[in-house]
Amino acid sequence: MKKKWILSILLTLLLNNVFAETPKEKGLAIAIEADKRDSGWTDQIADMSMILKNKQGDTSERVMRITTLEVPGDGDKSLITFDDPKDIKGTAFLSHTHSLIPDDQWLYLPALKRVKRISSSNKSGPFVGSEYAYEDLSSQEVEKYKYKWLRDEILNGRDTFVIERYPQYEHSGYTRQIVWLDKEMYQPLKLDFFDRKNSELKTLLFLDYKQYLDQYWRPDSMQMTNHQNGKSTVLSWTDYKFKNGLSDRDFDKNTLKRAR
Amino acid sequence: MKKITHPLFLCLLALTHTVSQAGEWSGFAGLELRGFNQTAQDSRQDHSTNFSFVLEPEYYHKWDGGDQSIAFVPYLRLDENDNERTHFDIRELTYLKAAENWELRLGIRKVFWGVTEFQHLVDIINQTDLVENLDTEDKLGQPMINLALINDWGTVDLFVMPYFRERYFPGTSGRLRTIPETRQDRSLFESAAKEKHIDLAARYSHYFGDWDIGLSHFYGTSRDPRLLLGTDNSGTPFLIPFYDIINQTSLDVQATKGNMLWKFEGLHRSGQASTYNALAAGFEYTFVGIMNSAIDLGVLGEYHYDERGESAISIFEDDIGIGARLAFNDVQSTDALIGLVWDRDSGGQFFNIEASRRIGDNWLLELQGRFFFGQKRRDPAFSFNRDDYTELFLTYNF
Repeated sequence: MKKKWILSILLTLLLNNVFAETPKEKGLAIAIEADKRDSGWTDQIADMSMILKNKQGDTSERVMRITTLEVPGDGDKSLITFDDPKDIKGTAFLSHTHSLIPDDQWLYLPALKRVKRISSSNKSGPFVGSEYAYEDLSSQEVEKYKYKWLRDEILNGRDTFVIERYPQYEHSGYTRQIVWLDKEMYQPLKLDFFDRKNSELKTLLFLDYKQYLDQYWRPDSMQMTNHQNGKSTVLSWTDYKFKNGLSDRDFDKNTLKRAR
Repeated sequence: MKKITHPLFLCLLALTHTVSQAGEWSGFAGLELRGFNQTAQDSRQDHSTNFSFVLEPEYYHKWDGGDQSIAFVPYLRLDENDNERTHFDIRELTYLKAAENWELRLGIRKVFWGVTEFQHLVDIINQTDLVENLDTEDKLGQPMINLALINDWGTVDLFVMPYFRERYFPGTSGRLRTIPETRQDRSLFESAAKEKHIDLAARYSHYFGDWDIGLSHFYGTSRDPRLLLGTDNSGTPFLIPFYDIINQTSLDVQATKGNMLWKFEGLHRSGQASTYNALAAGFEYTFVGIMNSAIDLGVLGEYHYDERGESAISIFEDDIGIGARLAFNDVQSTDALIGLVWDRDSGGQFFNIEASRRIGDNWLLELQGRFFFGQKRRDPAFSFNRDDYTELFLTYNF
């Protein structure tokens, strides 16, 4: 009798594995597919501007250039050089990102000509006073989250997978995120962020996707709205360039010192 | 109407086009106001407020995909009371060429070495522009040839410095100067070549995981002179800067362990009277997002030691520094730093506050305050004993 019972459980588990994915497995599989489709771009150069808006509607602008190197099997490397506001012009930020251990980060301060290794535990802090946290802008690796597929949904006329994901990084500012992933592009259209108390914190909308090199989809604009403080940040990307022949050398401390 | 097709005109047009495309100007202009709340030690330093105007434009042009560039940064300060503080300098005039395994820099520039905050012990390439600020973070442009050799195992920087820059000291009427006054025009050099002595330096720097290290050697004219006592014809005492030829080996290390930064700087110097060792070591710990806000609070602690003790030129001969740094992470990039240095030997204390905030898009307002308590007569910092000041510095950045 007991034997039969165990056998039926085993059979159920086996059948489940073979014939039906659990929501977790489906979520992970979609994340892996999205990662696979966005692999192989090697390196990327782009200009970025941010318009920061407060509750009263006052705005402030940030302008920067970002180069990124794809690192297979680890987080990407990136170098950000600031052009605006003028008092931080020439400041540069180098980061070698990792999935679960802290990133390696250096800051170059042009007035002192000083390169400072900085603590990177602060992934949840605001990026240049905007509504983006550092972790929102760093590279999206599969291992950074655990996943659960919730449902399929039509968002603004597009078929999407709705997936909940849970940051695995111990210093993350979020308990969970819900992502609406476009079924055709395998790119997010919308992202909801929930803070450490599990209250809805922010919503990010990805707008005007364009395809590059017949494969890679990139948005022209990303709008982040903070529901708790009423502030928002609109981020615009221009001049995307891929496969520029960049190497590790373009992301070392020597290059950081002359970035501007 | 006749078409203008003269070759000269076309050349001029092309040139205008090239120049307008080539490079960019940026920089800042600023107004500084200092208020001193005590009467100066020397009656010739008879001002309690001081205005100053500064201008630092910067020209930068890169080509060859950014692998070649030139930079030009002149600097001008006009000071209300101190003629020595009114000065012009070329902070930077450099040509840079970068290749896969090396980078070459020719010209005048500034180089920073080190990791600690209260004192920049191992930083030696540039002369300090002491009329600017006591914090020794303002430097005079140093002429050099600098070749960086870039390897998998680290970067080796080689420096040849064909011309030495003497330290600028505040003038007779300037506050924050030595008592008696240090006379730059009476400088003495160990080397017969004086400022034309060719100084050399080499540095190895790299990082291993969360450890960043720098190992350096410097041979040449000491940047910080010994100050010798002299008297002029009328019997008035003054200090004579004496520049020895020194050898200095130094190590700087930072370990970045999560929110904790461990810092160490140590040096061994010979040639400047007795051979000696000095060190600066400490930590900086950051509390991220305190009290559920976006504000980061950093706490700093450092110990500074100089084997020469009381005879040290440095005011950091046996000192403890503690401080706090607040970064508000707001749109205006508001931040503040307070620090206290306590001389364990003489009991003297030095309190420092710095804060800054952007106003609009182009303006930056900085507040600075420096206060001296209980300096003893034998302490080098005794000279500043009555020079407590508060400063407002407003800059327009373009």
